[in-house]
Amino acid sequence: MDFTFPKEYELLRRMIREFAQNEVAPIAEEIDVEEKVPMDVIRKAGKLGLMGVPFPQEYGGAGAGEIGYCILMEELNKVCASTATVIGAHTGIGAMAIYLDGTPEQKEKYLTPLARGEKIAAFALTEPNAGSDAAAIQTRAVRDGDNFILNGTKIWITNGDIADIITVFAVTDPALGARGGVTAFIVEKTFPGFRVGTKETKMGIRGSSTAEIIFEDCVVPKENVLGQFGAGFLTALKTLDVGRISLGAGCLGGAQAALEAAIDFAKNRYQFGQPIAQKQAIQWMIADMATEIEALRSLVYRTAWMMDSGHMDRDFSTYAAMCKVFGSEVLDRCVDKCVQIHGGMGYMKKYPVERMYRDARITRIFEGTNEIQRLVIATNLFRKVGVRIR
Amino acid sequence: MKIVVTIKQVPDTTEVKLDPRTGTLIREGVPSIINPEDKNALEEALKLKDTLGAHVVVITMGPPQADDALREALAMGADEAILLSDRAFAGADTWATATTLGMAIKKIGEYDLILAGRQAIDGDTAQVGPQLAEYLGIPQITYVTELTLTDGSVRAKRKLEDGYEIIEAPLPALLTITKEANKPRYPTAPGIITAYRARQVTLWTSKDLGAEPGTLGLEGSPTQVRRSFSPPAKEPGETITAPPEEAARQILSRLKARNIIQG
Repeated sequence: MDFTFPKEYELLRRMIREFAQNEVAPIAEEIDVEEKVPMDVIRKAGKLGLMGVPFPQEYGGAGAGEIGYCILMEELNKVCASTATVIGAHTGIGAMAIYLDGTPEQKEKYLTPLARGEKIAAFALTEPNAGSDAAAIQTRAVRDGDNFILNGTKIWITNGDIADIITVFAVTDPALGARGGVTAFIVEKTFPGFRVGTKETKMGIRGSSTAEIIFEDCVVPKENVLGQFGAGFLTALKTLDVGRISLGAGCLGGAQAALEAAIDFAKNRYQFGQPIAQKQAIQWMIADMATEIEALRSLVYRTAWMMDSGHMDRDFSTYAAMCKVFGSEVLDRCVDKCVQIHGGMGYMKKYPVERMYRDARITRIFEGTNEIQRLVIATNLFRKVGVRIR
Repeated sequence: MKIVVTIKQVPDTTEVKLDPRTGTLIREGVPSIINPEDKNALEEALKLKDTLGAHVVVITMGPPQADDALREALAMGADEAILLSDRAFAGADTWATATTLGMAIKKIGEYDLILAGRQAIDGDTAQVGPQLAEYLGIPQITYVTELTLTDGSVRAKRKLEDGYEIIEAPLPALLTITKEANKPRYPTAPGIITAYRARQVTLWTSKDLGAEPGTLGLEGSPTQVRRSFSPPAKEPGETITAPPEEAARQILSRLKARNIIQG
């Protein structure tokens, strides 16, 4: 058993940390206040191979696997959750679906420019009537000669308005439902009948764009079917499983940043003639934060290791769901304690902890609510003893 | 064109803390990095590679873990890495270090340019670059902030305390580069993975260099350290507590009394 990171990961972390500190941290506040997608940062990240960290080098990636990608999400989330969300939606789910289920030709054509950061990806599953009940999607795809014609609306799509290539899930056989009746498609923004609808303004992660995308007789060539025809729901679930590890890693970074901010503040803030670090009330909060963060770190990197070493069985899905639930809730508790330790200053826009608190809230909701994650975990556990959860 | 860049692995002094009781450095857990100005030298070499095309060889003398510094240089874009590591090199002063590097560079053979950082953040001597040029018998230009190559020669701007000089030298030449020269690039993510999983670092020992006994390491070092000591702590400054106008008056009279300002 060895819990140390190989040296390439240590250097990768140092490089990403320097990149995050020098290129992202100075503009993190501006990104939030102006709801500005940091396209300049995205371009720079692409040049350094940071838009395709987990993918093989033969497809333009860094070849750093899920562990390398978790390091990226952890370090980026320490300084700017918005930037991390843009790269996360691009790499972790948008491009990931093509990596997991694409043909060699599709990977060559689509994954390579995505991994190099020359194109931006998005993942479009959610609809007005299909959130947690993802199987209830209504976007339709009908065969027409060598093409499919897509009609429908997807909402809350991260990168929806900046993406060039979108993984879209649509119903191809309403009679079969989710298992067999949903197909995944690779849609280019230039395909006729594709357009961007309204853009949302949000509580947190405000520098990531969240948009509605609309398909009106959108023409998609049949070779852009991703994965097996009718097996799109499996592609979606598999992709989201993987995405949950790096989401946990992002939460780890946010929680670590909250801990560091809290320690720094407690050391320098004097009340009753001494730093508040001397107060047991503060010490206990710090100790709880640090303990939960270390437990999360072990869970996240252990699950990333499972993926990189090919252990993607049902237990993997359970662990991935745990990364998401535990990660987002540890983050939630850490940013809350961080604000509490900062007192009134934690509530003021002048300090980054106010932004960290707002940015954190979405993590318990998106990419499968924590309630759905608990359902996944329990379903997997009961299935082992022959009980089927309906 | 072949460019040799000499680098040194140093403790990241921004992370070094002092033991408050003993006054010595706490080295434990302090990450090792490429000496910052050596990175500037490497960046100059990589810029020349980008614009003119060049084969960049990066070389270091150090313990086995200096391998990490070379891998980082490979991840930034260097083509070849050589590690000079041997117990016989240990305890080298700047001259023995320059000699070791010089022997290795002679073994490399033909080269057009040697770039070195101005000085290392742990020793601050700024001697190894110049001594290496002396050892090899080639021209040197130190404290360089800008350089251009023209047919067979290098033209460089060197920073002085009160201005700058522009100097031209025939190739091959050695230049020491300052931090003002450029902003070193980041290693790329695929470059980092490849540097550790697919690339080679060549290891040369004293045997490979064919060194005569007594010429390298502590034995080959003319520098003798008689004793080392911490400089005495500075007296704490004086705080003047008075209303601003009165405080300004007091400061002014003290400055005049010491002839720091006149009037």
